[in-house]
Amino acid sequence: MAVTGVSGCCSRYLLLLAQEHLEFRLPELKALFSVFGADLEYDKITSPEKEPFLVVKNVDEETVRKVMARTVCAKSAYEIWGTGRTLDELVTSLRTYPKHRMSPFCKADSTFKISVHSFNKTLPQADRLNKIEALSFLPWDGKVNLSAPDHTFCLLENYAGDVNNIPNDPCQVFFGRWLTDGQRDLIRRYSIKTRHFIGNTSMDATLSFIMANHARVKPQDVVFDPFVGTGSLLVASAHYGAYVTGGDIDYNTIHGIGKASRRNQVWRGPDESIKSNLCQYGLQDRYLDVFVGDASRPPWREGPLFNAIITDPPYGVREATRRTRPRKGRMPDAYSEDIIPKHPCLSLISNCQQKLTSNTARCLITMEKVKGFEERCHLPRQLDAECDPYKRHNAFREKYFSGVTARSKFNEGKGSGENT
Amino acid sequence: MKLLTHNMLTSHVKGVVSGYPLRIKAKEVQLNAVDFNAEFISRMIPKLEWKALREAAESVGHLNDLPLEVPSEHQDNEEFLQKVHHVLMEVEVEEGVLQCPESGHEFPISKGIPNMLLNEDDV
Repeated sequence: MAVTGVSGCCSRYLLLLAQEHLEFRLPELKALFSVFGADLEYDKITSPEKEPFLVVKNVDEETVRKVMARTVCAKSAYEIWGTGRTLDELVTSLRTYPKHRMSPFCKADSTFKISVHSFNKTLPQADRLNKIEALSFLPWDGKVNLSAPDHTFCLLENYAGDVNNIPNDPCQVFFGRWLTDGQRDLIRRYSIKTRHFIGNTSMDATLSFIMANHARVKPQDVVFDPFVGTGSLLVASAHYGAYVTGGDIDYNTIHGIGKASRRNQVWRGPDESIKSNLCQYGLQDRYLDVFVGDASRPPWREGPLFNAIITDPPYGVREATRRTRPRKGRMPDAYSEDIIPKHPCLSLISNCQQKLTSNTARCLITMEKVKGFEERCHLPRQLDAECDPYKRHNAFREKYFSGVTARSKFNEGKGSGENT
Repeated sequence: MKLLTHNMLTSHVKGVVSGYPLRIKAKEVQLNAVDFNAEFISRMIPKLEWKALREAAESVGHLNDLPLEVPSEHQDNEEFLQKVHHVLMEVEVEEGVLQCPESGHEFPISKGIPNMLLNEDDV
């Protein structure tokens, strides 16, 4: 039930973030706030870069709800009634929160419940009940209902620190009225475990939605994926209302034929295709087309055709497919920001790293078109020999497999080898 | 392949200057119902090459009375938007080829999916 409170310039909202894909969270939320015409402004009293508490300010409740209706990085949102570094400070803070802002949610004919959430610590039930008791001075006139309350409130405590030496006391506490949850349920609903058609490198649901949000996909947008594979990124974009199209150099993947990726399946079934993936979730009307094509030779006419291009290009190590034109290059030095592609019409918005193994990671680069394309700005980049992105990319593949070769030699006689 | 997609595709054969629009030589055309979304159609219209759309629709036998020019205030013209929607989204070429108007090179369409790959010589 969405009951909006009276929000003025001093309303602050607490977004409780999921503790995964840490680097991707703030860019996702920033992008979503901007979709709804707002700037993400937050209080630096928390560290949302690594902890789950984000205190948003100078925004109204309606915008917060719109963002929560899209995000997969935030678990829930609360209207903050009080904060403090200790429970005592919180109580003091709560006593200064305007009564007229509390009263709509404390009426005698309504029901409520208070829950306690602690980050980095599991609190015994007795402690939780004591803390709830400390808040009983608040002006609730209604009754408690633990299963289906009209209003839910939450005491959130931050015990951030060493996991092996958890502090006795929280460093920060919040109390707020629960507004709504984020869209993390999409992760289960769209899980690739139950997807009709997958490949070896199908993007998982969480990241697909994160990427679509970074790209600010909106209903009626047209989205293109030049390395579409089995269409995971198109599924996420279509869920958010876009019309989707994709290309891939691999005929088998585009046509949904050939060897299957699932362990218990040899060949792909007759109804496996990118379109069938969209049908699975009722999104078939958002499907435009897919084609077999080389991403380095796009078949599109000139002009601003797409609102977003969202893709996961091949790294050269996991899908069996025929390569385009092979290029040779030397081994790269350590990763540096220089290798991020540059274009005079594009501005870098974010660069989020995801760790894959102990010595590999991948980055999600988000760029925004800031000016129209003209021939003049194209030529200087072509002449710049340093700007060949394939040089480094192919070098990653060489480096990756050089490690594999060394290990295989070591394991000779043990009968093991890497599968690619 | 929908006619909306066809409107955006061009021939990228080596040396070709006027590779747009590709000529549709259809062996099989299907009609599939797609939900009408007035806002989407309205937004797409300014992006379309209108003449190429009419030619393509006519070549597959589904011109659907599309006018020679886009009427002004098209976003409020529901009847017009419905006509455009039908041609863009509901007419699909299942089998056939797309022919480059300059070089004659043919890109096959199979099961509704165009194959835009070129040999090394043609690139």
